[in-house]
Parts: sequence; structure tokens; C-alpha cells
Amino acid sequence: MSVLVIAEHTRGEVRDITYELITAGHALEGPLVVAAIGSDPGALDLNRAGVDEIIHVRVPQADFENDVYQQALEALIAERRPDHILVGFSVNSLGYAPAVATKLGLGFASDVFAIRREAGTTVATRAFYGSKVHAELDFPGQRAVMLMLRPTIWPAAGAASAPPSVTERNVTIAGSRARHKEFLDLPKADVDITGADFLLAIGRGIGDKENIALFERLSEKMAATLASSRPLVDAGWMPSSRQVGQSGKTVKPKVYLALGISGAVQHLAGMKASGTIIAVNKDPEAALFNAAHYGAVADLFEVARELEKLY
Amino acid sequence: MKIVVCVKLVKVVGDEVEFTADGLDVDSDYLEHALNEWDACAVEEALRIRERLGQAEVIAVTAGDKKSEEALRRCLAMGADRAVRVDSAVTDPISTANALASAVAPESPDLVLCGVQSSDSVQGSTGTALSELLGLPRVAVVKKLEWSGAGPATVHRELEGGLVDVVEVDTPAVLTIQTGINQPRYATLRAIKLAEQQEITLVTAPAGGDPAYRVRRMFTPPKGEGAQMLKGNPSEIASQIAVIIKERLK
Repeated sequence: MSVLVIAEHTRGEVRDITYELITAGHALEGPLVVAAIGSDPGALDLNRAGVDEIIHVRVPQADFENDVYQQALEALIAERRPDHILVGFSVNSLGYAPAVATKLGLGFASDVFAIRREAGTTVATRAFYGSKVHAELDFPGQRAVMLMLRPTIWPAAGAASAPPSVTERNVTIAGSRARHKEFLDLPKADVDITGADFLLAIGRGIGDKENIALFERLSEKMAATLASSRPLVDAGWMPSSRQVGQSGKTVKPKVYLALGISGAVQHLAGMKASGTIIAVNKDPEAALFNAAHYGAVADLFEVARELEKLY
Repeated sequence: MKIVVCVKLVKVVGDEVEFTADGLDVDSDYLEHALNEWDACAVEEALRIRERLGQAEVIAVTAGDKKSEEALRRCLAMGADRAVRVDSAVTDPISTANALASAVAPESPDLVLCGVQSSDSVQGSTGTALSELLGLPRVAVVKKLEWSGAGPATVHRELEGGLVDVVEVDTPAVLTIQTGINQPRYATLRAIKLAEQQEITLVTAPAGGDPAYRVRRMFTPPKGEGAQMLKGNPSEIASQIAVIIKERLK
């Protein structure tokens, strides 16, 4: 038995999910091997507790390209024949991991947030139907299983006391049909919501663009910084600089007051570390109530109106 | 010029949940249905390419049972030219991709668009799996698309934290479309009526291999500690919230 973890890095920095995958891999059997794919894999910090071997997979491309990762991973799987391959449930991995699983006929599941071994079988847990139900999956008849793991579930593996063994490996890349050109940073924002102590966050529940002004006024009165969930940014009602969540900002204010936010997984990833989370939603089953410290099932407009009177 | 858009009729769970007798899925009486939000953006993007280029055939494809044709009719009402359903049970993303490929490959499309993920499964994997089966290049999580209709396309891939990766992708390609790329148009009542009459091509699903996973059991998640619920009328709730905020901001 063995576990292969694919390191994730952007612009020379190892992403946290890599260290989380290492921790998650401990639940599985056998030595844990971390593969770093890139033009300078030796520069990436992968000396973490629980890593038995690091493979530096040298390719011409410095930055992520899905064809390159696919070819490199297929070469590694052919050589090492791991039983479990762990990758992050991340934008990069979505570009190649399902293709590798399809091509090689692997067991596969994504956005997995719990794994265990039970009587020689791998059991993975994930959510369905807007996180309202969970399901346990297994992989009968599969030689190997590829799992895409949800970020921010497992703690990051700490530094290793002794460096693991390192293997250098070159992979010839036959071609790359989707080529990285450049990175574009978010435009400099008027506000940095990551620095605020008190965020008033609004979501789909506010219903209409015309209502934004109401919450701008409320946030001013309450001395809060206005933040938003993704749908309002997608609709063009709120600037992306105000977006909390996986594709937006990760925030950790003292108080996070959420009005009309149901609590999609991608949103939770960006705010669950907040000091105190207060959620107001008219849906008693809103997923955010599971992550919040305080909740109220109520009409957010009525609560907002009453709050305004108090400030 | 042919653009194929792969779509899914997603299931939405309401306030209450009951499971099927075998405990492997939610009882269909407790489910509502809708065209997947990400797929609506993919359809819209295809229609805009058609409008920009002046000509293109937009073909909506789904894999599912008779009921899933509701998603296709919505696409037709938005403006898709025709629709194809692969008659299959929806399971894991790789099996779904296999079913879709049997309808998409014979079309030899110039571009294939899928939603990034479905709201009921959130695997994010069907489009990438499909690209492998079709032997096409792909880009996942596309927030912007520039394409002249021939040669490589330039796309913006939206990474975590909002960082954008500009990618040049050879075509034909499979792109998975992120919400926010556009605002999908509404179908007019008349278009919805007309779509009811349109013919949907039926394709038999190919024999599947082993599924990528098997559901052992489905259950409502443990509530955990959950939130302490504030009771009362809106005024009382607001007062309690104000007290908590004042306390925590000290």
C-alpha cells in the first residue's frame, strides 16, 4: 500500500492544501510520497512530518498547465502504482485529476471531506444536494483510488524533524494544449475586508440590486465593513474586492454578521475562522447555521430595520 | 461551426429530507428540479458566441432520464438550436462523462462548454473527464472567453483568492464555465411554449464500466454544536445581535 500526494503551488509558493493532504494521507496505509511537479521543484518547502519521500518531477513549465500535470502524474502512477492518489479540490486539480482517473480507470470522488479505512476498504465522505445530505462512498473493484480533498478540513502537517529522502525525476512532456500566458492580480481595491474587525456580509437573500444601498447604510451606522457572498458579485451588484469565499477573500474578523447567506461550502471556507459568526436567514435549514455561533430564523429586512434603529 | 453545451437538471432539496427505502438517495418526493446554474451560464456563453460570429449551431446535451429533458427544454427556450438526451441513470461524474461522450463525439463540435459543477453534486469533474474521452484539450473554471471561431482561444481561469490565470487553449476544446462570466438571459414565455413542441433526439447510453464510486449510505449530517438560536420577534432578535456584537468587539 502507498499514498501519492500531488503538491500544489502557485507562483513558487506551496499552497496550504498540500500540507493538509499530507495530514489526510495519514489515515491511509503505507508510505506517503509527495510529488512536486514544476521547473524548480527543489525550491518548494515540502519537508513536513509524515512525508516518507519527496519526488521532484522536473518539467519545462514553471507554472501550472493541465496537460503537463496529467502527463507527469500518469508517469508517476505507472512507475509507483500507488493505491491512493490525493489531490486538492482546487481549480488546478479540476483541470487534470478527473482526466487521469478517467484515462486510467481509477476509483474517483471529489470534494471529499473525510476518509477512513474500514476492513480493507477505503471509505470517503462527501456532501450532496447543497450540503443538506452526506454520503459515504466506497470503490469496489478499483485497483487504485483518486480523491480530491476539500481544503481547510485537515490541519496542515507540521515541519519534519528530519528531511525525507528526495528522488529527482525528469518527465518528457509530449505537448501542452492549454498554455499559461500570465497571471492577472485582482485590481487594487478600495477596501481590504481581510483587515476588518466587524464584517456585515450579505448574500442572495437580499433579493434585489436596489437593496444594496440599504445595507451600505446599515454597515455605516454599525461601523461594519460590508462584505458579500459570490452570487452578488457574479450578478455585478457588489465588487469582487468585497467577496468572501474560496474564489474571494479569506477573512477572520472578530464578528461576522451574515444576512441572507445560505452558507455554500466555498463561502464557509472563506469565513469559518471568524471569531463570532451570527447568521440571519429565513431558511431554518441554511447550512450556515451549522457553522455559526448564533443564528436567527427571521426576515433579514425586518432584522436589518430593527438593527438600524439601535445604532 | 458547432458548439455543444452539456447541461444537467439538478435536484434541489427543500426544508425536509426523506431517504429512499435502501438509504442510498433522497426520496424524489422531497426534490425539486432546475437547470443547473453553471450550465445556464455555459448556454448563455454559447449563444453569445453564436451572436458574435453570426453563425453557429448550439446543441444542448444531457445525460439522464425522461425528466431531465426539462433542462434541455429550458436551453431550447433560451435559444439553443437543438437538443440531445443520452438515456442513462445519473451516477458519478466519470460515468456521466461516458454517457455524454457518446452523444458529443459524433457531433465533432468546434467547442464544448460545460458548467464548472452541478449544484447538487459539486464534483467539478464531468467536463474534464469528458475532454479526456473526446481527446480534446480543456480548461477548467473559465471566467472569461475570447475566441475568433478558429484557432486557439484565450481564456481566464479563475484561481482561488481571485487570481486570474490567462491561458491560451487549442480548439476544439472543452471549457468548464464559471458563474459570473455572464448573466444568463431569461426565456420568454412564448419561447418556453415553443420549446415544449421541439423534438429531442434520444441516444442510447453506451455500456458502462465499473462506476467510479458506489454510495454506501446517505444521511443527514450530524448537526454538530450548531448555532445558538436567537428567539423572538425581529426587534428582539436585533437587540440580542447588537448585544453580542458589542460584547465581541470590546
